[in-house]
Amino acid sequence: MKPAITLILLVVFLAAGALGQERPYFVTYSHEMEEPGNLEIEFFNAVGKPPGGNRFVGSNLEFEYGATAWWTTEFYLDGQLTQHDSTIFTGYRWENRFRPLLREHWINPVIYVEVENISADKALREVVGHDGKDDFLESNAISRHDKARELELKLILGSNYRGWNISENIIAEKNLSNAPWEFGYAWALSRPLRLAASAHNCTFCGEKFQAGVEMYGGLGDRYSFGTSQTSHYVGPLINWTAPNGMTLSFSPQFGLNDYSLPRIYRFGFSYEIDQLFSRFHRGTQ
Amino acid sequence: MMRKLLRILALVTFLATFVFAVADGGWLKNVPARDHERMNPFHEQPEAIAAGRRVFVDRCSHCHGENAEGTKKRPSLKSARIQRQATEGDLHWLLVNGNMRKGMPSWAKLPDQQLWQVITYVKSLRE
Repeated sequence: MKPAITLILLVVFLAAGALGQERPYFVTYSHEMEEPGNLEIEFFNAVGKPPGGNRFVGSNLEFEYGATAWWTTEFYLDGQLTQHDSTIFTGYRWENRFRPLLREHWINPVIYVEVENISADKALREVVGHDGKDDFLESNAISRHDKARELELKLILGSNYRGWNISENIIAEKNLSNAPWEFGYAWALSRPLRLAASAHNCTFCGEKFQAGVEMYGGLGDRYSFGTSQTSHYVGPLINWTAPNGMTLSFSPQFGLNDYSLPRIYRFGFSYEIDQLFSRFHRGTQ
Repeated sequence: MMRKLLRILALVTFLATFVFAVADGGWLKNVPARDHERMNPFHEQPEAIAAGRRVFVDRCSHCHGENAEGTKKRPSLKSARIQRQATEGDLHWLLVNGNMRKGMPSWAKLPDQQLWQVITYVKSLRE
């Protein structure tokens, strides 16, 4: 394991980073694709505590690659740590996003397809069906036996207007072991604190920050569609892009009903390696 | 025989150049008239050139080269097409929409102001 981690760190620190101008969203996807040839490494975490349960940290390590200008593919490794319990690897996901319309419109659709093989997941990358705070009370020893092989589809809609990005996601998820389709939603909006770039190098100027708000929740399943017994969260978002290209994101999020966790604190780091494969062909630079 | 071979070679070179030129600059024909005529609010402003240079280095230089001279795979932005044929409005349209079939992504995620600053910088490279 150690050589693999060393190799990843080496690649990250030796590679020249590109400034990601990442949206500060944790759950919502925007219609913006990864630039072709770029690899983005992201590490996202969600910290929460269900009433009467143990505090937990759910994490994703993500590798997002721009295959073409209209196709982005991403591989996730998931894990979680629960206080007074254990630290476990919870599975993997592979997603692909396709942009069917090749020009920018006032609203831009993206098709998202994901397959996942997870158990005891606490990263809360989305909320669907009747997901709620009680799901976090089981011990890892029990919940890790509950394997979920799932197919997830999303319709991502996004718009950019006068510096604002507005994104909406409609989510449908199916556990492939004879469970009904479950539904969810997410929406978010954000804006850089300053729209024009500064003529001089700066570390904390407004263009390096993006702020916004995000809301997401479940919409029941095929047999009980709606907001009854579903959890919903809302919270402000902020991120900052450091001069070396790393983006740091943070969001405190609040449960909107008794079915939700009271609070989730999310934080993440992302780093973009530009033109990954051309690094192996220095002559083309 | 040799003369015939040279003629064929010249014809192939001409056709290849023509096809490449048409394929590379085809996007210009797609720009709506309204976008073609859009004015750059930062036109030739020295501050915008400096800011545009910063954005260019961060976002564009890994494909188009440190000084927009192009790379083996991506075109130079000092070409006559970019510097003389395309208006600033055309370039803005290209940055917003991209040319995704050819590998140029949409840069609509950048605020309009930064797109215009990049265009101001690119146009300042005219020799």
